Amino acid sequence: MQVNMTINGQEVSEEIEPRLLLVHFIRDSVGLTGTHWGCDTSNCGTCVVLVDGEPVKSCTMLAAMASGHEVTTVEGLEVDGVLDPVQEGFMQCHGLQCGFCTPGMMLTSKALLEKDPNPTDEVIREAISGQICRCTGYSTIVRSVHWAAEHQTAAPIGSAT
Amino acid sequence: MTTTEAPPEQERPIGFGRLLRKEDPRLIRGMGNFVDDIQLPGMLHLAILRSPMAHARIVSIDTSAAQAHPKVVAVITGADLAEQGLAWMPTLSNDTQAVLATDKVRFQHQEVAFVVAEDRYSARDALELIVVDYERLDPVIDVRTALNPDTPVIRDDLEGKTDNHIFDWETGDEAATAEVFNNADVVVSEEIIYPRVHPAPMETCGCVADVERVSGKLTLWCTTQAPHAHRTVYALVAGLPEHKIRIIAPDIGGGFGNKVPIYPGYVCAIVASLVIGKPVKWVEDRTENLVSTGFARDYIMKAEIAATKEGKILAVRSDVLADHGAFNGVAAPVKYPAGFFGVFTGSYDLEAAHAKMTAVYTNKAPGGVAYACSFRITEAVYMVERLVDCLAYELEMDPVELRLKNLLKPEQFPYTTKTGWVYDSGNYEPTMRKAMEIAGYEELRREQAEKRERGELMGIGVSFFTEAVGAGPRKDMDILGLGMADGCELRIHPTGKAVVRLSVKSQGQGHETTFAQIVAEEIGIPPEDIEVLEGDTDNTPFGLGTYGSRSTPVSGAAAALVTRKVRDKAQIIASGMLEVSVADLEWNKGSFSVKGDPSKSVTIQEIAMRAHGAGDLPEGIEGGLEAQICYNPSNLTYPFGAYICVVDIDPGTAVVKVRRFIAVDDCGTQINPMIIEGQVHGGLTDGVGMALMQMISFDEDGNCLAGSLMDYLIPTALETPDWETDSTVTPSPHHPIGAKGIGESATVGSPPAIVNAVVDALKPYGVRHADMPLTPSRVWEAMQGNHTPPI
Repeated sequence: MQVNMTINGQEVSEEIEPRLLLVHFIRDSVGLTGTHWGCDTSNCGTCVVLVDGEPVKSCTMLAAMASGHEVTTVEGLEVDGVLDPVQEGFMQCHGLQCGFCTPGMMLTSKALLEKDPNPTDEVIREAISGQICRCTGYSTIVRSVHWAAEHQTAAPIGSAT
Repeated sequence: MTTTEAPPEQERPIGFGRLLRKEDPRLIRGMGNFVDDIQLPGMLHLAILRSPMAHARIVSIDTSAAQAHPKVVAVITGADLAEQGLAWMPTLSNDTQAVLATDKVRFQHQEVAFVVAEDRYSARDALELIVVDYERLDPVIDVRTALNPDTPVIRDDLEGKTDNHIFDWETGDEAATAEVFNNADVVVSEEIIYPRVHPAPMETCGCVADVERVSGKLTLWCTTQAPHAHRTVYALVAGLPEHKIRIIAPDIGGGFGNKVPIYPGYVCAIVASLVIGKPVKWVEDRTENLVSTGFARDYIMKAEIAATKEGKILAVRSDVLADHGAFNGVAAPVKYPAGFFGVFTGSYDLEAAHAKMTAVYTNKAPGGVAYACSFRITEAVYMVERLVDCLAYELEMDPVELRLKNLLKPEQFPYTTKTGWVYDSGNYEPTMRKAMEIAGYEELRREQAEKRERGELMGIGVSFFTEAVGAGPRKDMDILGLGMADGCELRIHPTGKAVVRLSVKSQGQGHETTFAQIVAEEIGIPPEDIEVLEGDTDNTPFGLGTYGSRSTPVSGAAAALVTRKVRDKAQIIASGMLEVSVADLEWNKGSFSVKGDPSKSVTIQEIAMRAHGAGDLPEGIEGGLEAQICYNPSNLTYPFGAYICVVDIDPGTAVVKVRRFIAVDDCGTQINPMIIEGQVHGGLTDGVGMALMQMISFDEDGNCLAGSLMDYLIPTALETPDWETDSTVTPSPHHPIGAKGIGESATVGSPPAIVNAVVDALKPYGVRHADMPLTPSRVWEAMQGNHTPPI
C-alpha cells in the first residue's frame, strides 16, 4: 500500500506492506536510524517520535496509521545547524550515557515543554515515565529538561518547515 | 541560548575535572551508529527458532515449508551445524554450550534452528513454518533438589555425567571459623537469597556478519564489551585465522555485563554469512534478550555472623547454592569459578571467615555473571550487609553504630582479608560520617520514632561496601587462557594532536572523554585534540575489554603509563632543542622548561613537530612520538562507599516508596566527576529494580515468567528519587593516577541499603529479614508473618 507523510518537514511517499510498523518504516525504509527500537510491548519508549507534535511509541503504530500526518524524529530537532534547547540541555547536564533511549527522551521532553514551558520535577518525571533509561537514573534527565526550560528560545515544532 | 558550541562559562580542563562528553554531539542528533543501524548492500536477516519447552528430546525437525517461503534464503538446524563441527561452542567458563540444539533442548527458549531471509519480517514469518517434534522430559527447575539422586541429568552430552553438579568451591579457614563461632556470644543465621535478575540493556544483543568472498575475511559488527577476547575465541573455536577476523563494536546501547559472552546468535550469523556469501544481520527481540542471554545472581546463601555481645563482629561464614542454568556460561577469571565472592568479609576486621559453594545445572538459561556485579561481589556485599543488619536487630543496636564499631581503620591498609584479598587503600569512617551528615541521620531516626508512634512505616537502611575491581593480575587471572591485561597505544601527530587506541570498549561510560582526559592530564594536550579509538580489533591493541569495572583500573592505567612513556621521549627531544641535559628540565603540563629559567621552554606541540621534522634528534632517538604498552595490574583496586536509603511503606497496600537515597562513593582519584556521578546514578537505579521490582522467575515446567518488560519491571522516573551523591577521595596506591573503578559500585552497594530500609520499616512487625524483590505482595506477606523465599 501507499503511505504519504511528512517526516521532519520532508514529504515521504513509499509503497509498503500494510503490517509495517512505523518504527521500521522510519529506520529501514526512510533510513533515519536515530529512532531506536528496544522492546516489543510499548514499555521502553526508546522508539518515541512525535506525530503531529504528540509523543507516540512508533513500535505500536503502523506506518499506515501515520499516513497523512506530520512526524518528527530526533533528526528533526536541530534546525539549520542550531540545536534545540533540549538537545543542548541533555549535553550540558549529562542527561545521556549510552544514548540509546535519548532520542525518545528528548522528543517527549520537547513535547512537554511546548505545553508546559516551566515544568516541575514531578511533571517532568510523569512525562517521561513511559520510557526507560538504564544508564542515567533519571535525575540528570530531569535536570536536562529544566536546563532546556530555562533556555527555551527555539521555534515550536513545525514552524521551521 | 542555543548553540552547537559549549557555552563560554563552561570550564574546559586540560586533564581531570568536569568536562562535557565528546560522545554527546552525535548521540543527541541521532547520529550514533548502533549495530542495528548498519545496512550493507545485499544484507540478509536472521531469526532464531527457540524451544517452547525447558527440557525435551528433539525427535524431528521439518524445515521444508520454511525453505519453500519465497523470501527465505536458508534454514539451518543443529544437525546442519553438527556436520561442520559447529553445533557446540565453548563458554567463557570452559564448559560447552549448544549453538543450536541437536540432541535435546535444555532450557525454554534455547536456540533450535535459524532462518535467513531477505527481510526481518519474512525471517520471522518463516520461523512459524518450521515444525519440531519434541518429546518432553521432566525439567529440573528447583535448584534445591537438582542434586537429588533421582533428578534427571541435564548434561548427558558430557561424557560420564551422572548428576547436575558443576563445581564445589571454598575459601577461608573452616576450622578456625568454626572455633570462633563456637565461642561467640552471639550467632545470627539467615538464609539470604539473591534472585535471578537480568541486565536488560536498552539495546538488545545483535550483530552483522560479513565474510568477504575472496579474502575470506570476516567482519563482525557486534554488541560486544570485549571485542579482542571475542576475536580470539572465534579463532580458537571455529578455526578461523585470527588475522582474518575483524570485530567492530560500534556504539553500544548499554551493556552492564550482558554483552560480555558470545551468544549462539553471533555464531549463527557468522555461519550464515560464510555459507551464503552475503552479509547477515541478527538482532534479538526483547523477549529473546530476557529469556536467553546472560542472567545474573541466582544464589541461595545460608549465611552466619558471629559477634561479641558488645557488637564486635568476629566472623562470617556461608554455604551457597548457585544456579548456573543449563550451561556454565559464567564470565569470570577461570581460577575464580565463584567470581570474587571471596570478598564477602565486607569492610570489617574479622578474626575468621569461611565460605563454600556448590554450583549446579538446572533447565534454565545460562549465564551467571552479568548486571554490573563485579564478578559476584554484588552477592557477597548483599549477604554481609544483610547479616550486619540482622546482627544489629538481635543486639538492638543502631546499624550505623554497629558498622562504625567494626569498620577497618585507615592504619590497617593495605589490609589482607581472612580470605586473602589485599584491600589497597581505604579510609572508611569519614565516608560513613559524610553520608550520615548529608542524610541528617539523627533527625531521620527521630522522625522515624515519631512516625512509629503514629503507626506509619518509615525505614532507614544503611550499607557500607568494599568492592574489588580491575581484574586483574595476569599471574592469577585469565579468561580461557587470555591474561587480563590491556594494551594501549598513543601517537602524537606532528602538529601536536593525538590519537590513543584502547583495548576496552565503552557501552555508554564515556571512554572517548575520560581517556582523552587521562592523556591530557599526563601530557598537557587539550582533550579536544585527542581522539580516542576503541572497539575495532584491526585498529586497537589487544586487551580483554570492559566489564567488572576494569576500564579505569586497567586500561586507564595503561593510558597514563603509555603517555608517560611518550613524555619521557619528549623530554629527551626537548633537552636537545633547549641544549640542556634531561635532568635540567622540568615538566609544566604541556611544556618542558629549563630549571631556574622558565623563559627557556618548549611546548609538547613544538616537540611533536621536532620529533617528526627534518632537524637532528638527540643521539639514539628515533623520529616520531608514539608508544605502546601492555599493562598488567599488580592488584585489583578497592573502591568503597556508604549508602543510606529512606523508604516509606503504605501500611494499607505495602507499596514501598524510596523517598531519599544518599550515596557517598570513594573511587580514588576522579577523572571526570560528572561521569562518575552518572555511573553512580545508574547503579542506584539498578538497585531499586533488583531490591523492589524485578526477578527472572520460572514456573514448575521451566517456563520463564519474565519474558517481557511488562513482566520484568525496570524502574522509571517515578520509582526513583532525586539521587543525593557525594564522594571522598582515597587514591589507590598502586594505580598510576590513583584511580579505582566506579562502574558497578552503586549496583553492588544499593540493594542492601534498600532492603535494609524496608526491613527496618517493618521492625514493628518483628521482621528481621525479607528477600528481594520486595514487591507489594512480598512486603505484605512479611507484614503478615508469612514471607516465603522467592525460590
